[in-house]
Amino acid sequence: MLNNDPLANILYIDLSKRTFKVKKRHDLFEKYMGGAGVAAALLHEECPEGCDPLGADNPIIFAVGPLTALFPLASKTVSMFKSPLTGNLGESHCGGRSAVAVRMAGYGAIVIKGASSIPVYLSIKGNQVYFRDASSLWGMGNFSSGRIIRENETGAGLRTIMRIGKAGEKLVSYACVTSETFRHFGRLGLGAVFGSKKLKALVVSGKSSLPVSDKKIYRKIYDEVYKTAVDSPVMKKYHDLGTAENIMPLNDFGGLPTRNLKEARFEGASGISGETFAQHYLGRRLACSHCPVGCIHIAALREPYEDESYFYKTSMISYDYEPLYALGAMLGISSAADFLKLMDRVEESWGMDAMSLGVILAWATEALERGLISENETGGVKLEWGCVEEYIKAAGYIVSQPNDFYRALARGVEYAASIYGGADFALSFGGNEMPGYHTGPGAHLGAIIGARHSHLDNAGYGIDQKTLVNQKMRPEELIDTLLEEERWRQVLSSLVVCFFARGIYSPELVTRLLGVAGFDLSTDDLQRIGREIHNEKYRFKIREGFAVDSVRIPERIFETPSPINWLSKSYIKEALKYAQKTILKEQGTGH
Amino acid sequence: MRLAVLDTEKCIGCQSCMFACSRRQGDAGLSQSCIGVRSIGGMERGFTVIVCKACYDPPCAKVCPTQALTPRKGGGVHLDADKCIGCGYCRDACIIGAVFWDDEINKPMICAHCGYCVDFCPHGVLGLQKREAEDAEQ
Repeated sequence: MLNNDPLANILYIDLSKRTFKVKKRHDLFEKYMGGAGVAAALLHEECPEGCDPLGADNPIIFAVGPLTALFPLASKTVSMFKSPLTGNLGESHCGGRSAVAVRMAGYGAIVIKGASSIPVYLSIKGNQVYFRDASSLWGMGNFSSGRIIRENETGAGLRTIMRIGKAGEKLVSYACVTSETFRHFGRLGLGAVFGSKKLKALVVSGKSSLPVSDKKIYRKIYDEVYKTAVDSPVMKKYHDLGTAENIMPLNDFGGLPTRNLKEARFEGASGISGETFAQHYLGRRLACSHCPVGCIHIAALREPYEDESYFYKTSMISYDYEPLYALGAMLGISSAADFLKLMDRVEESWGMDAMSLGVILAWATEALERGLISENETGGVKLEWGCVEEYIKAAGYIVSQPNDFYRALARGVEYAASIYGGADFALSFGGNEMPGYHTGPGAHLGAIIGARHSHLDNAGYGIDQKTLVNQKMRPEELIDTLLEEERWRQVLSSLVVCFFARGIYSPELVTRLLGVAGFDLSTDDLQRIGREIHNEKYRFKIREGFAVDSVRIPERIFETPSPINWLSKSYIKEALKYAQKTILKEQGTGH
Repeated sequence: MRLAVLDTEKCIGCQSCMFACSRRQGDAGLSQSCIGVRSIGGMERGFTVIVCKACYDPPCAKVCPTQALTPRKGGGVHLDADKCIGCGYCRDACIIGAVFWDDEINKPMICAHCGYCVDFCPHGVLGLQKREAEDAEQ
């Protein structure tokens, strides 16, 4: 890397002592470039073995990469922490203005440790860190706290405001952190880790220049990347309908989990399709900083006040495929307006991972249906497929936690099922609620072996739809394909390149872009680094007690037919045995 | 020709223009940008795109104590950075906020109306306009 690149600066903040310091860590960035790689290394350094995810010694790590603020689409911030949901590796990515703001403030990574005794928010302006009293913000939702911080701080247009809602304050295990109102560190409970530290928000701003190895080449390659990003057909779906475009094709394919995956086709899919939203609700499109694609789709929902005529509330609510799956199809909600009403509360006021929440509410609905729980547990809430008002009540109780049942739901579906039964239809892998794909073995194996149990780890759903639908793969071959994809994605997420741009960020292009940032790496080097980072993450997972072949697999995925009809228990078992062996071998401890 | 904001409603807030403006000077990052894109109090309400209006009688030049800023033919100002003492009066005089600041050198960043940014707006929010056309409208 270039010697004078501020990327090597890591900001360490101690919330207990209210101190901060900056260390130069060229070693880490030279080795892993940035993002996921550097964050994984920092997690090993900063997170004590066996620590309580909600304890003061669990670190919050944010990392960006060498291409951030140099090239388009390198706009994600990677967060790492020990997850309160899974008790293991927590990793979540967020766009918005977050990555550019951290980079422009002069940092490659930020590490936050300790815990405050009173609510605080942190304001990071270049080399200054301010600890602000956030007592008056505690209890506020995402919109209000964002607005107040916006008005209190400088740096408009050049800042990120990451904040938690009530779910984070109440330590809901899958609370999210929201940035720029509509983007999220959604998965695995970073919001609860914020809450446990009494950290309400983090605002980061800066405006600096960054060195490049050759100014002429920089401009030339930039033009090339920009043109591809704007013109390429592989980016088209993201800016037209957005990710919601996937609803209809997945439904037609028979891979859209519906009503707690009792079915994989939703008769009401067209009501919550990307086309329906675009036609009736799309109010605005937004982009992350330095991304000309603009995939963020915001719906405008106009609701009349029932008690007073001529008064309306117009809410702007973001929608994407995954929330539509979880809070739509999984709950049998087929009306776009109903989905938006629920999503509005989830996003605006509570700040919870929509995916986990949807899966948990779906499990609770089925548990009530089957009599595992009664209205005694639900506090009178009549959970029923498609009844949005009941789901809004239940989600509110998950945040306020009036009884043991809701306290259990606040810890995730795996935990709730361990208390109330119904594990066979509690849809989580490795403790993380399942993503929206019942496409076949690729999707489920991908979620099981993925280092963060996310569909984005290795995109197994894509293998189902593109390959397995036409030809069978041996279990070993499928695992190798998934692992290879996940290793390459470690490179992209270490450069914090948005996965939507994976089609244009080829290994060859990446080496050239890295050359501009002063990294002399070949495509072979990239493959090696990807492998090392994947191993580094798995080293952490194993240290914290994870084993691929002991992941609980809900029976439901075998009961409900998927488009790949040869998906079977024995196939999955065989694949996982091989995956475990391969992963341990990579760690140097297997045989 | 002058740089103009044609339709802010189509702005998605990607800030590619700001990066282009800064990159024009050679480096990456944002410190040398002469454009500002920020939300109108929350992204849900859209964006404001701030560029130099190329005033015929520019307030920024009038308050410059060292004549570092001088009116340009056709509107706008020219900056002679050698004369600039970084007092910041110009920034205060520009009530639309189009005098940006490079904190790294403590001097204003002044739009040259070169139009480099226009090619990096994915939705045609920015454009170069002929002054005559605009004057005819007035």
